[in-house]
Amino acid sequence: MPSDKKDFKKVAYYPGCALEGTAHAYDRSTRAVGNALGLELEEVKNWNCCGAMEVKNIDPKIQTYLSSRVMSIAANEMGHDVVMAPCNGCYHNLKKAEFDLQNDAESRSVVERISTKAGHDTYQAGQVETIHALDWIKDEIGEEGLRERTKDALKGLKVANYYGCMYTRPRHIFPEKDQGEGSESSSQPHFMDDLLAAAGAENVDFPLKTACCGGAHTLSDSDTSTLLVTNILKAAEASGAEVIATECPTCHSGLEMHQIRAEKTLGYKSSVKIVYFTQLLGLALGLDEKTVGLHENISDSTGLLREKGIA
Amino acid sequence: MKSLAQIGTDLNVVRASLSTAGQAEFLLKSGEQVLENWNAAKGNDPTSDRKEGFRLLALHRQGAKGDASFNACRETCRELVYHYNLVTMEPDHPEANKRLEMMQMVAMHLYLFVNGKIQVDGLGEFCCSSKGMRQTTG
Repeated sequence: MPSDKKDFKKVAYYPGCALEGTAHAYDRSTRAVGNALGLELEEVKNWNCCGAMEVKNIDPKIQTYLSSRVMSIAANEMGHDVVMAPCNGCYHNLKKAEFDLQNDAESRSVVERISTKAGHDTYQAGQVETIHALDWIKDEIGEEGLRERTKDALKGLKVANYYGCMYTRPRHIFPEKDQGEGSESSSQPHFMDDLLAAAGAENVDFPLKTACCGGAHTLSDSDTSTLLVTNILKAAEASGAEVIATECPTCHSGLEMHQIRAEKTLGYKSSVKIVYFTQLLGLALGLDEKTVGLHENISDSTGLLREKGIA
Repeated sequence: MKSLAQIGTDLNVVRASLSTAGQAEFLLKSGEQVLENWNAAKGNDPTSDRKEGFRLLALHRQGAKGDASFNACRETCRELVYHYNLVTMEPDHPEANKRLEMMQMVAMHLYLFVNGKIQVDGLGEFCCSSKGMRQTTG
């Protein structure tokens, strides 16, 4: 772990666009869990799109600028040195922008030029550290802290932890990963496994935890996405999972939508439920199902979680 | 070279006549055949080298050269190797059949990803690569 570890108790919160729409349940459960754990989130003022997939693939320098503006506001207007982004896409893009600004003079020049034109301070590499919601809870509360607060509340729930592809790739934009004990692994990520196990869940061996869900092609090539998701669902079920825990809104909605599509187009009916890890942690902390937004998921896990005494 | 379509079909056939280790060999070989197709489609002569003792990993490295998005199947390849080791080192393990079942799904995922990526080259491009399409297409 870096020796200059920052305090994550109060961080700038960058929800990003997905958490205002399809992943609203992730937003509300993240905020609720933070509140229950005594962690403070201050939403980045007047935030903009991180550049997502679309901008990045038309002009990656514009994506770098867009992400840098979010970090600039957090640092220069709000005084934060940590930005927490629960969305894998946002997290990935802010990290990528940070890497570009550290290593590429042309990126720095483009960001300087557009920032000046837009009338805000130019973000300087290193002003903030971007973290994921998993880092936030793992580092600030830790497994022991969660164990004390949740008292095995998820006991009896078999979970396949699904991280998707953007949380760990490409490795070079995540210098804090693969740093030995205590750090996250880019090849076998485990932070979500650790947190849910601390809350009592039984994690199953799930070999597709970072496999492609076809999320980016869900509209342009739905059939491929459905096949990829179906295989993930089958592997989760074969692993014995009752629930797939997610930490990425793209993966989450892809799994939910293609679970339905798989039934319609392939005749494959899957009973595994898809739930954000923050929803499971929230329930484990004693929050009610509405507070964590279970009703906002397409995949209806309420029956299972009530049956298990979790919701 | 075995076609991707044939690999996909064969992966769905249960090979009860093969031993446990034989089935693991078949699945690992299927993974290699998938990556042979990818490399051939990219204009490469599929390597016969091995990396960490496995041709599959050498083929993945060859396929990812100059195409960072191909790393989206890096861990899938590694999982295939991991399951191969699990099954062949402990063929009589009580979980051997379950391990084989998981290995089949991992091999299937590799096939689905590469088959999709050959048809839609952008698959994995958006999510996994920090390199924009403009840079790769000029």
